[in-house]
Amino acid sequence: MSNNIARKKIDSATIISAVIVLCIYVAAFVAEQFIAPTSMLFTVLKKGATYALVAVSMNLLNGFTGIFSLGQAGFMLIGAYVYGIFTVPVAERINVYQYYNGGLVQFVLPWFVAMALSGLVAAFFAFLIGMPVLRLKSDYLAIASLGFAEIIRAVMQWDKLGPITNGSNMLRLFPSFNDFNIRAADGHVVVYLSTLVPLLIAGVCIGVIILLINSTFGRALKAIRDDEIAAEAMGIRLASHKRLAFCISSFFAGVGGAMLAMYQTTVQAKGFTTAMTYEILLIVVIGGIGSVTGSCISSFLFVAASEWWLRFLDQKQMIGSFEVPLLRNGFRLVVLRRRGPNERERTSP
Amino acid sequence: MWNTIFPYLLTGISVGGQYALIAIGYTMVYGILRLINFAHGDVFMVAGIVMVYMAASGLPLWLCLPLVLIVTALVGFLIERVAYKPLRNAPRMSAMISAIGVSYTLQNLVLYITGGLNQLYPTIPWISDSVTIFGATTKMVTVVTPVLTILLVVALVLLINHTKIGMAMRAVSRDFETSQLMGIKINSVISMTFVIGTFLAGVASILYFTNYTTVIQTSGAMPGLKAFVAAVFGGIGSIPGAVVGAFIIGIAENIIKGLDIILFKLGVIAAPIGLATFSDAFTFALLIVILAVKPTGLFGEKTTDKV
Repeated sequence: MSNNIARKKIDSATIISAVIVLCIYVAAFVAEQFIAPTSMLFTVLKKGATYALVAVSMNLLNGFTGIFSLGQAGFMLIGAYVYGIFTVPVAERINVYQYYNGGLVQFVLPWFVAMALSGLVAAFFAFLIGMPVLRLKSDYLAIASLGFAEIIRAVMQWDKLGPITNGSNMLRLFPSFNDFNIRAADGHVVVYLSTLVPLLIAGVCIGVIILLINSTFGRALKAIRDDEIAAEAMGIRLASHKRLAFCISSFFAGVGGAMLAMYQTTVQAKGFTTAMTYEILLIVVIGGIGSVTGSCISSFLFVAASEWWLRFLDQKQMIGSFEVPLLRNGFRLVVLRRRGPNERERTSP
Repeated sequence: MWNTIFPYLLTGISVGGQYALIAIGYTMVYGILRLINFAHGDVFMVAGIVMVYMAASGLPLWLCLPLVLIVTALVGFLIERVAYKPLRNAPRMSAMISAIGVSYTLQNLVLYITGGLNQLYPTIPWISDSVTIFGATTKMVTVVTPVLTILLVVALVLLINHTKIGMAMRAVSRDFETSQLMGIKINSVISMTFVIGTFLAGVASILYFTNYTTVIQTSGAMPGLKAFVAAVFGGIGSIPGAVVGAFIIGIAENIIKGLDIILFKLGVIAAPIGLATFSDAFTFALLIVILAVKPTGLFGEKTTDKV
């Protein structure tokens, strides 16, 4: 009997969702071989995968731990910069760091090492930032983490750090998603992988987060979210759990930042504003706070709506391609919020 | 020495006054609803855009100014009714997310209307004129701002301490539920708070954009955040605290903007080291320090959480 309880049963829902995910991967791979690579579908899939990872990492904090952090853009910025700094080819450094004599870093890491490193550096900064910030509560924590993201942005743009970060100039020419395509000797693409690989990276990372959420650690986080005092009374160490959750979330935000750098092919600190954090928060809220599937689906929907489906609304001005879908989502956020929270309020004492 | 610092100090006091007017909106709303109204900075920006479009439509300027203030107050009122009132009994975080949603909506709405281009703010006579004080040339608005700020704050404090609606506001901020039981019409008090807060943000926008001359959809975000920091710094919920905090932040920020030149002239550094980059970061560093050391701010009341 006791053996039965201890053994985890794989239920049908897990199998079904695994099959669905697998089908998506196969479909993405097949579609990539036959549809022109300039199609908006691939843009959406690449950016959607990036945003899905960041949204899930934010959900780990906001939805599962109950820490309302708004520092995501800052950690993405760190990730994107670390990735860029260590992967710009040595031969190109003199062009990229044109105002800083080729910069200080004169070696190149393989892309996956750089990506892991970008996560680790982001997690390290999260550890440092977490010390003062995680002592705060609810909205103060939100505003302090937002403040840290702004500080990181300012520091990255500082002229004196130019030999490393290239100051306020952009980093470019590092390997992007398109470099995943397998090419023949004459430069002709044999197998397209530029969409599948980001989907896989995001999939693996999100899978790790899901495993984490379902572990003892994840249950402890949920206990903290539901009632801090009760959780503490049950023997959960609040400070260390919160700090670890903060670091893990930032690790994946950093990896997401590296993916965003690959997607954009350039990185500039100017782009990682609080508006980006709000965008991700929006995705998390629309998908449902505390739902990983929701975050994934809504990030693809959000990106598809803003980049692709609603483009027809802006025939006159290019800049208009952007705002109409976001605007709609903004409205939806306000509308959506009205139901969700009330339900939770009723269940909590 | 003095001649180097003085212009920055002067700008700092002026910007501080503008932040103070915005910060009052934050601190009043927080005092009553315990809500960080993230959309407040964007209401400030919307006031600027409304002014641009009103002036462009050919209305005389003396009519524009009061109209802008009325429209801004109306916007604040509507935001409260649409986005915050339905969430009155929801957890605090939901109302805050709703505020972020409103902020996002306003920014994108303005982006949609203006096409994302810098809009030139109309020149308002007299306060746009140049003046020279103690050897520093500046716009009249720099001198007008602190005076106007102090006058408005005094008027507001009188309103809060000596009128019926002010008494109701104090009661609601002390204890939301009990004041409701005592027959205070909560909704009208909250609406009034939003109207006053956004009215002051409207005044701030006239002063601020006269100085900076262009408005874009993101121009409300940074002043809004800084004003919020000022409100926290001074002790959120306290109006004098918000004003003092705003002046300190405004001055400190502008001194840092000129710190390179000041240190250079003093002979401390040999060449500029780009410290101006940190003028925004300083504000947030200050926020984190104050939150870590004294979370209730300079003049905030100490509260204890009961289990």
